[in-house]
Amino acid sequence: MVRPKWNKALRRTFLYAFVVFFSAPFIFVFVWMVMASLKTQLQNTAIPPLLFFEPTLANYDKVFNRTPVVQYFLNSVIIALGSTGLGLLLGLPAAFSIAVWRQHFLALTVLSSRILPGMSYLLPWFILFSTIRQIGTHQAVILSHLTVTMPLVIWILIGFFEDLPGELFDAARIDGCSIYGTFMRVALPLSMPGVVVSGILAFIFSWNNFMLSLILGGSAVRTLPVAVYSFMGETMIDWGGLNATATTVTLPVVLFVLIVQKHVVRGLTLGAVKG
Amino acid sequence: MSQVPAVPVRAPVRRRSFNLFDERNARYLMPAPAVLAIVGMMVFPVVYTMWMSFQSWFASSPKGPIFVGLDNYVKLITQDARFSGAFVRTIVFTTLAVGLQTILGIAMALVFNEEFKGRGIFRSLFLLPMMATPVAVSLVWLMMYDPTSGLLNYLLSLIGQPPSIWVADQSIALLCLVVVDSWKFTPLVMLIVLAGLSALPTDPYESAAIDGANSAQLLWHITLPLLRPTIMVAVLFRSIDALKTFDSIFVITKGGPVYASETLNIYSFIQAFEYFNMGYSSALLMIFFALVMGVSVVFMRLRRVSW
Repeated sequence: MVRPKWNKALRRTFLYAFVVFFSAPFIFVFVWMVMASLKTQLQNTAIPPLLFFEPTLANYDKVFNRTPVVQYFLNSVIIALGSTGLGLLLGLPAAFSIAVWRQHFLALTVLSSRILPGMSYLLPWFILFSTIRQIGTHQAVILSHLTVTMPLVIWILIGFFEDLPGELFDAARIDGCSIYGTFMRVALPLSMPGVVVSGILAFIFSWNNFMLSLILGGSAVRTLPVAVYSFMGETMIDWGGLNATATTVTLPVVLFVLIVQKHVVRGLTLGAVKG
Repeated sequence: MSQVPAVPVRAPVRRRSFNLFDERNARYLMPAPAVLAIVGMMVFPVVYTMWMSFQSWFASSPKGPIFVGLDNYVKLITQDARFSGAFVRTIVFTTLAVGLQTILGIAMALVFNEEFKGRGIFRSLFLLPMMATPVAVSLVWLMMYDPTSGLLNYLLSLIGQPPSIWVADQSIALLCLVVVDSWKFTPLVMLIVLAGLSALPTDPYESAAIDGANSAQLLWHITLPLLRPTIMVAVLFRSIDALKTFDSIFVITKGGPVYASETLNIYSFIQAFEYFNMGYSSALLMIFFALVMGVSVVFMRLRRVSW
């Protein structure tokens, strides 16, 4: 299509204007979070809000040295790693089985676990775990996060296993490999990118989880999101400290998201959209 | 996968004779641990919740559960105004949030489908709102909604408007939360629609161009109808999740002021973990559960028809 040049230039300008207009709010919230974490309380409550100021690391110093944030960080890491590891351990063979033997019913069951409200698991577990005195333990939180990580691993890996050519499995079988050997030595190594992607996504979802950790972790095993929430309950809201903690929680997620970016949408829609 | 990669299999792989039982039953053995986990962690809890919904039990009292039949349900539906309010609010919240995200998401997808420098960077940045820790971003929104030093009131003052108390105002608290949810998930709808746009066939556009269609007509009569299945997927996933929104509501308003932003998820949480009214909360959860399932089934039906 031939267009006059000025028309094209105008179109460009409008396009860029739209791009900036639409993206600004989505990015700004993160900028504001980091800025608030570098401001003093006085600067944070200043009217009009300050765009330019002398940044200070005092909030980070305070949060890391005078609150147990390092402990909360460790709790978050232990729980996210534990539930991701467990999710991979249980989810990988299941995904392989669903892909190879076309177990649609099982696939649907896993899908329905994504539809169920988390509250309907949480209440029975709370009763169960308080009966056996396991509230406020790492294992209770890890087990509960398994409902987030395992279905995710299964859904992403089904896609990866189905994409592998079936002839490879046949060849391995003819060479004398058992089904388990085919899984361990052929399917898994070839699906490593999928394993990494699903592992990272599972880690993020466990890391971000709030409701399950809040109740099952209690005050003994606080994860970072729960810590942010409990800091907010203090009488005098310390915006700088809060945002420093919030930035600390968000930073690993940002790094991970940038690694797996192509698969995020697929993970969020259970493979319905190949992004 | 377009190319068959080299298989790192050392021959002979076989080290011991097959265990025939394991081999024949691999299709049951391999998913067995996951199935056990699903039964133990998801199916059993739901069955237990259903059983508990027929009981009257306060976890704070030393007395055990008492069977009360359908009492909890009857009380919820006929007497509890807080429940009916939460039910309506859940549907209003979901409709507004998903509607706004879908319209904005499609509009943004059309803009970002154009070729321009740095498009890839923007697409990556758009992943952040939906993936960043919900509690952390909710905190930033709470700060921006702050009535005295919040950024939004400052922006209002710039255009000469009186300040608002935002989430502290009963009449707009739910709307403020719709905005937060849309901030998080409009980019998701956009990315789903973008994936759909990139898969569209080019033939219809060529024939329409020959017929002299203008770009508005192309959009309305070709692009949008062809995108329908993709948009349905986005609406399905967003609706299921929006019904269950917890983190942002709990952190920003905790269902307040009064009950102005209390949805079913929040109300059942408060019944269970603040009042320890386990039987009542379970009945509430069963109704909530039925609602989420109902919405999912309706959308899946719609999807089947249109595909």
